[in-house]
Amino acid sequence: MHELPVTESLLKIALQHAEKAGAKRITDLHIVIGDLASMVDDSIQFYWDIIAKDTLAEGATLHFRRVRAELQCMTCFEKYHPNRDELICPKCGGVGAKIIAGEELALESIDVD
Amino acid sequence: MPQNIPVVENILNANDRLAEENFASLESAGIFSVNVMASPGAGKTSLIEQTLPRLKDKLRVAVIDGDIATSIDSDRAAKAGAQAAIQINTGGDCHLDAVMLRGALEKLDLTQFDLLIVENVGNLVCPASFKLGTHKSILIASVPEGDDKPYKYPGMYRGVDALVINKIDLLPYVPFKMDYFQRGVQALNPNVKTFQLSCRTGEGLDAWVEWLIQNSAK
Repeated sequence: MHELPVTESLLKIALQHAEKAGAKRITDLHIVIGDLASMVDDSIQFYWDIIAKDTLAEGATLHFRRVRAELQCMTCFEKYHPNRDELICPKCGGVGAKIIAGEELALESIDVD
Repeated sequence: MPQNIPVVENILNANDRLAEENFASLESAGIFSVNVMASPGAGKTSLIEQTLPRLKDKLRVAVIDGDIATSIDSDRAAKAGAQAAIQINTGGDCHLDAVMLRGALEKLDLTQFDLLIVENVGNLVCPASFKLGTHKSILIASVPEGDDKPYKYPGMYRGVDALVINKIDLLPYVPFKMDYFQRGVQALNPNVKTFQLSCRTGEGLDAWVEWLIQNSAK
Protein backbone atom coordinates (compact mmCIF):
# COMPACT_ATOMS: atom_id res chain seq x y z
CA MET A 1 0.00 0.00 0.00
CA HIS A 2 3.03 2.29 -0.34
CA GLU A 3 1.53 2.93 -3.79
CA LEU A 4 -0.68 5.66 -2.29
CA PRO A 5 2.12 8.14 -1.53
CA VAL A 6 3.75 7.14 -4.82
CA THR A 7 0.56 7.90 -6.71
CA GLU A 8 0.15 11.23 -4.89
CA SER A 9 3.66 12.17 -5.88
CA LEU A 10 2.98 11.10 -9.46
CA LEU A 11 -0.07 13.36 -9.64
CA LYS A 12 1.81 16.30 -8.16
CA ILE A 13 4.67 16.01 -10.66
CA ALA A 14 2.28 15.63 -13.60
CA LEU A 15 0.20 18.65 -12.55
CA GLN A 16 3.29 20.81 -12.09
CA HIS A 17 4.48 20.07 -15.62
CA ALA A 18 1.02 20.48 -17.15
CA GLU A 19 0.43 23.83 -15.46
CA LYS A 20 3.84 25.09 -16.54
CA ALA A 21 2.94 24.22 -20.13
CA GLY A 22 -0.44 25.92 -19.78
CA ALA A 23 -2.27 22.68 -20.58
CA LYS A 24 -6.01 22.38 -20.11
CA ARG A 25 -6.04 18.65 -19.51
CA ILE A 26 -3.68 15.73 -19.00
CA THR A 27 -4.74 12.81 -21.17
CA ASP A 28 -1.95 10.26 -20.65
CA LEU A 29 0.91 9.55 -18.26
CA HIS A 30 3.88 7.43 -19.28
CA ILE A 31 5.35 5.75 -16.25
CA VAL A 32 8.38 3.47 -16.04
CA ILE A 33 8.64 0.93 -13.23
CA GLY A 34 11.48 -1.51 -12.71
CA ASP A 35 10.70 -4.99 -11.43
CA LEU A 36 12.90 -4.33 -8.37
CA ALA A 37 10.94 -1.21 -7.41
CA SER A 38 8.19 -3.23 -5.65
CA MET A 39 5.31 -1.30 -7.18
CA VAL A 40 2.05 -2.82 -8.37
CA ASP A 41 0.49 -1.22 -11.47
CA ASP A 42 -3.07 -2.11 -10.48
CA SER A 43 -2.61 -0.58 -7.08
CA ILE A 44 -1.33 2.71 -8.56
CA GLN A 45 -4.29 2.67 -10.95
CA PHE A 46 -6.68 2.10 -8.06
CA TYR A 47 -5.42 5.11 -6.08
CA TRP A 48 -5.12 7.18 -9.25
CA ASP A 49 -8.82 6.91 -10.04
CA ILE A 50 -9.59 8.32 -6.59
CA ILE A 51 -7.04 11.08 -6.20
CA ALA A 52 -6.98 12.46 -9.77
CA LYS A 53 -10.68 13.33 -9.55
CA ASP A 54 -11.42 17.05 -9.93
CA THR A 55 -7.91 17.82 -11.22
CA LEU A 56 -6.51 18.50 -14.70
CA ALA A 57 -5.58 14.85 -14.78
CA GLU A 58 -9.02 13.37 -14.12
CA GLY A 59 -9.66 10.50 -16.49
CA ALA A 60 -6.08 10.38 -17.78
CA THR A 61 -4.82 6.99 -18.90
CA LEU A 62 -1.82 5.51 -17.12
CA HIS A 63 0.67 3.66 -19.32
CA PHE A 64 3.14 1.46 -17.50
CA ARG A 65 6.42 0.42 -19.02
CA ARG A 66 7.87 -2.39 -16.92
CA VAL A 67 11.62 -2.90 -16.90
CA ARG A 68 12.94 -6.37 -16.20
CA ALA A 69 15.68 -6.68 -13.58
CA GLU A 70 19.14 -7.08 -15.07
CA LEU A 71 22.30 -7.63 -13.08
CA GLN A 72 25.96 -7.71 -14.01
CA CYS A 73 28.39 -9.95 -12.18
CA MET A 74 31.40 -7.99 -10.94
CA THR A 75 33.60 -11.10 -11.03
CA CYS A 76 33.13 -12.39 -14.59
CA PHE A 77 31.03 -9.47 -15.91
CA GLU A 78 28.28 -11.75 -17.16
CA LYS A 79 24.97 -9.90 -17.53
CA TYR A 80 21.94 -11.87 -16.36
CA HIS A 81 18.30 -11.70 -15.32
CA PRO A 82 17.92 -12.99 -11.76
CA ASN A 83 15.22 -15.55 -11.13
CA ARG A 84 12.99 -15.94 -8.12
CA ASP A 85 15.13 -18.26 -6.02
CA GLU A 86 18.70 -17.45 -7.10
CA LEU A 87 20.32 -14.06 -7.37
CA ILE A 88 24.01 -14.94 -7.73
CA CYS A 89 25.78 -15.10 -11.10
CA PRO A 90 24.57 -18.17 -13.04
CA LYS A 91 27.93 -18.45 -14.83
CA CYS A 92 30.57 -18.21 -12.10
CA GLY A 93 28.54 -18.06 -8.85
CA GLY A 94 29.94 -14.61 -8.06
CA VAL A 95 28.25 -12.32 -5.55
CA GLY A 96 28.06 -8.54 -5.36
CA ALA A 97 26.36 -8.00 -8.70
CA LYS A 98 25.68 -4.50 -9.95
CA ILE A 99 22.09 -3.64 -10.78
CA ILE A 100 21.93 -2.48 -14.39
CA ALA A 101 18.17 -2.20 -14.68
CA GLY A 102 15.09 -2.80 -12.61
CA GLU A 103 15.14 -0.01 -10.01
CA GLU A 104 13.34 2.59 -12.17
CA LEU A 105 10.41 4.50 -10.72
CA ALA A 106 9.83 7.59 -12.81
CA LEU A 107 7.35 9.61 -14.76
CA GLU A 108 8.78 9.76 -18.29
CA SER A 109 6.33 12.08 -19.99
CA ILE A 110 2.74 13.26 -20.09
CA ASP A 111 0.39 13.95 -22.98
CA VAL A 112 -1.71 17.08 -22.62
CA ASP A 113 -4.38 18.97 -24.50
CA MET B 1 -3.36 21.22 -29.20
CA PRO B 2 -2.25 17.79 -27.98
CA GLN B 3 1.40 17.64 -27.07
CA ASN B 4 3.81 15.35 -25.28
CA ILE B 5 5.77 16.90 -22.42
CA PRO B 6 8.92 15.06 -21.38
CA VAL B 7 9.19 14.85 -17.61
CA VAL B 8 11.69 12.14 -16.61
CA GLU B 9 11.43 12.74 -12.90
CA ASN B 10 11.91 10.19 -10.17
CA ILE B 11 8.53 9.80 -8.51
CA LEU B 12 10.00 9.75 -5.00
CA ASN B 13 12.16 12.85 -5.52
CA ALA B 14 10.25 14.92 -3.00
CA ASN B 15 10.82 12.33 -0.27
CA ASP B 16 14.48 11.91 -1.22
CA ARG B 17 15.10 15.64 -1.01
CA LEU B 18 13.53 15.84 2.43
CA ALA B 19 15.59 12.84 3.52
CA GLU B 20 18.70 14.80 2.55
CA GLU B 21 17.52 17.68 4.73
CA ASN B 22 16.97 15.29 7.65
CA PHE B 23 20.46 13.94 7.15
CA ALA B 24 21.89 17.47 7.20
CA SER B 25 20.07 18.23 10.50
CA LEU B 26 21.36 15.04 12.09
CA GLU B 27 24.90 15.67 10.86
CA SER B 28 25.02 19.23 12.14
CA ALA B 29 23.73 18.07 15.55
CA GLY B 30 26.51 15.48 15.68
CA ILE B 31 24.18 12.56 16.34
CA PHE B 32 24.57 9.11 14.77
CA SER B 33 21.29 7.70 13.49
CA VAL B 34 19.98 4.34 12.37
CA ASN B 35 16.76 3.31 10.64
CA VAL B 36 15.77 -0.13 11.94
CA MET B 37 13.57 -2.12 9.57
CA ALA B 38 12.16 -5.64 9.71
CA SER B 39 9.04 -7.68 9.23
CA PRO B 40 6.51 -7.66 12.10
CA GLY B 41 7.74 -9.90 14.89
CA ALA B 42 11.40 -10.10 13.82
CA GLY B 43 12.43 -8.36 17.02
CA LYS B 44 12.86 -4.65 16.34
CA THR B 45 11.53 -3.55 19.72
CA SER B 46 13.18 -6.48 21.48
CA LEU B 47 16.57 -5.55 20.00
CA ILE B 48 16.13 -1.94 21.11
CA GLU B 49 15.07 -3.16 24.55
CA GLN B 50 18.15 -5.34 24.83
CA THR B 51 20.47 -2.69 23.40
CA LEU B 52 19.51 0.29 25.58
CA PRO B 53 20.62 -1.12 28.98
CA ARG B 54 23.96 -2.07 27.40
CA LEU B 55 24.48 1.54 26.29
CA LYS B 56 23.72 2.97 29.73
CA ASP B 57 26.32 5.56 30.81
CA LYS B 58 27.98 5.21 27.39
CA LEU B 59 25.60 6.88 24.97
CA ARG B 60 22.63 9.20 25.30
CA VAL B 61 19.97 7.58 23.16
CA ALA B 62 16.74 8.86 21.63
CA VAL B 63 14.26 6.44 20.07
CA ILE B 64 11.62 7.31 17.50
CA ASP B 65 9.04 4.58 17.01
CA GLY B 66 6.87 4.28 13.97
CA ASP B 67 3.72 2.25 14.27
CA ILE B 68 0.34 2.17 12.64
CA ALA B 69 -1.34 2.74 16.00
CA THR B 70 -0.56 2.45 19.74
CA SER B 71 2.45 3.64 21.73
CA ILE B 72 3.43 0.17 22.98
CA ASP B 73 6.85 0.35 21.31
CA SER B 74 7.89 3.79 22.56
CA ASP B 75 6.69 2.84 26.06
CA ARG B 76 8.94 -0.22 25.95
CA ALA B 77 11.88 1.89 24.72
CA ALA B 78 11.37 4.45 27.49
CA LYS B 79 11.18 1.70 30.09
CA ALA B 80 14.40 0.15 28.76
CA GLY B 81 16.29 3.40 29.32
CA ALA B 82 15.90 5.65 26.29
CA GLN B 83 16.49 9.28 27.32
CA ALA B 84 13.71 10.24 24.93
CA ALA B 85 11.10 8.09 23.20
CA ILE B 86 8.79 9.55 20.61
CA GLN B 87 5.96 7.70 18.95
CA ILE B 88 4.89 8.38 15.39
CA ASN B 89 1.51 6.91 14.62
CA THR B 90 1.32 6.65 10.86
CA GLY B 91 -2.45 6.34 10.87
CA GLY B 92 -2.47 3.38 8.55
CA ASP B 93 0.64 4.01 6.48
CA CYS B 94 2.82 0.94 6.25
CA HIS B 95 6.15 2.76 6.48
CA LEU B 96 7.77 5.92 7.79
CA ASP B 97 8.74 8.59 5.32
CA ALA B 98 11.04 11.58 5.48
CA VAL B 99 8.19 14.00 6.32
CA MET B 100 7.10 11.95 9.33
CA LEU B 101 10.67 11.71 10.59
CA ARG B 102 11.13 15.46 10.15
CA GLY B 103 8.09 16.07 12.39
CA ALA B 104 9.49 13.81 15.10
CA LEU B 105 13.00 15.31 14.87
CA GLU B 106 11.54 18.74 15.55
CA LYS B 107 10.37 17.51 18.95
CA LEU B 108 13.91 16.64 20.02
CA ASP B 109 16.94 18.73 20.89
CA LEU B 110 19.25 16.58 18.78
CA THR B 111 22.42 18.02 20.28
CA GLN B 112 21.52 16.33 23.58
CA PHE B 113 21.95 12.81 22.19
CA ASP B 114 24.71 10.62 20.74
CA LEU B 115 22.51 8.06 19.03
CA LEU B 116 19.09 8.14 17.43
CA ILE B 117 17.34 4.83 16.80
CA VAL B 118 14.38 5.04 14.43
CA GLU B 119 12.16 1.98 14.56
CA ASN B 120 10.30 1.71 11.28
CA VAL B 121 6.90 0.06 10.76
CA GLY B 122 7.09 -3.74 10.51
CA ASN B 123 7.19 -4.41 6.78
CA LEU B 124 9.77 -5.76 4.31
CA VAL B 125 8.51 -3.93 1.24
CA CYS B 126 7.48 -0.31 1.69
CA PRO B 127 10.15 1.07 4.06
CA ALA B 128 12.83 0.18 1.48
CA SER B 129 11.45 2.75 -0.97
CA PHE B 130 11.27 5.68 1.44
CA LYS B 131 14.61 7.08 2.53
CA LEU B 132 14.53 8.80 5.90
CA GLY B 133 17.95 10.43 5.91
CA THR B 134 19.53 8.42 8.73
CA HIS B 135 23.24 7.53 8.62
CA LYS B 136 22.69 3.79 8.40
CA SER B 137 19.89 1.42 7.50
CA ILE B 138 19.61 -1.74 9.56
CA LEU B 139 17.56 -4.80 8.74
CA ILE B 140 16.63 -7.39 11.33
CA ALA B 141 15.93 -10.82 9.89
CA SER B 142 14.81 -13.57 12.23
CA VAL B 143 15.46 -17.25 11.76
CA PRO B 144 11.81 -18.42 11.94
CA GLU B 145 10.89 -16.16 9.01
CA GLY B 146 12.74 -18.53 6.69
CA ASP B 147 15.92 -18.47 4.64
CA ASP B 148 14.21 -17.38 1.41
CA LYS B 149 13.58 -13.77 2.46
CA PRO B 150 16.60 -12.20 0.66
CA TYR B 151 15.23 -13.72 -2.55
CA LYS B 152 11.69 -12.55 -1.96
CA TYR B 153 12.55 -9.05 -0.79
CA PRO B 154 15.70 -8.05 -2.68
CA GLY B 155 14.71 -4.39 -2.49
CA MET B 156 15.02 -4.45 1.27
CA TYR B 157 18.08 -6.69 1.52
CA ARG B 158 20.19 -4.91 -1.08
CA GLY B 159 19.79 -1.45 0.43
CA VAL B 160 20.87 -1.96 4.04
CA ASP B 161 24.23 -1.24 5.69
CA ALA B 162 23.91 -3.78 8.48
CA LEU B 163 21.97 -6.98 8.90
CA VAL B 164 21.03 -8.43 12.27
CA ILE B 165 20.06 -12.10 12.19
CA ASN B 166 17.96 -12.53 15.32
CA LYS B 167 16.62 -15.59 17.16
CA ILE B 168 19.67 -17.74 16.38
CA ASP B 169 18.79 -19.76 19.49
CA LEU B 170 16.00 -21.25 17.36
CA LEU B 171 18.34 -22.54 14.62
CA PRO B 172 18.21 -26.15 15.88
CA TYR B 173 14.41 -26.17 15.61
CA VAL B 174 13.69 -24.61 12.22
CA PRO B 175 14.75 -25.52 8.66
CA PHE B 176 16.85 -22.39 8.12
CA LYS B 177 19.89 -22.86 5.87
CA MET B 178 22.29 -20.10 6.85
CA ASP B 179 24.42 -20.65 3.69
CA TYR B 180 21.47 -20.21 1.35
CA PHE B 181 20.27 -17.17 3.27
CA GLN B 182 23.70 -15.51 3.30
CA ARG B 183 24.20 -16.23 -0.41
CA GLY B 184 20.97 -14.40 -1.20
CA VAL B 185 22.11 -11.42 0.84
CA GLN B 186 25.63 -11.39 -0.61
CA ALA B 187 24.38 -11.60 -4.19
CA LEU B 188 23.33 -7.96 -4.16
CA ASN B 189 24.92 -6.66 -0.97
CA PRO B 190 28.37 -8.23 -0.48
CA ASN B 191 29.66 -5.60 1.96
CA VAL B 192 26.78 -5.66 4.44
CA LYS B 193 27.88 -5.87 8.07
CA THR B 194 26.22 -8.93 9.63
CA PHE B 195 25.48 -9.74 13.28
CA GLN B 196 24.09 -13.06 14.41
CA LEU B 197 22.42 -12.80 17.78
CA SER B 198 19.58 -13.75 20.04
CA CYS B 199 17.64 -11.10 21.94
CA ARG B 200 16.29 -13.84 24.19
CA THR B 201 19.59 -15.37 25.33
CA GLY B 202 21.78 -12.31 24.80
CA GLU B 203 24.22 -14.25 22.63
CA GLY B 204 26.00 -12.08 20.07
CA LEU B 205 24.63 -8.77 21.36
CA ASP B 206 28.03 -7.42 22.41
CA ALA B 207 29.35 -7.12 18.84
CA TRP B 208 26.23 -5.26 17.76
CA VAL B 209 26.39 -2.87 20.72
CA GLU B 210 30.09 -2.28 20.09
CA TRP B 211 29.34 -1.39 16.46
CA LEU B 212 26.79 1.21 17.59
CA ILE B 213 29.22 2.70 20.09
CA GLN B 214 32.03 2.90 17.54
CA ASN B 215 29.83 4.56 14.94
CA SER B 216 28.36 6.99 17.47
CA ALA B 217 31.84 8.09 18.49
CA LYS B 218 32.84 9.05 14.96
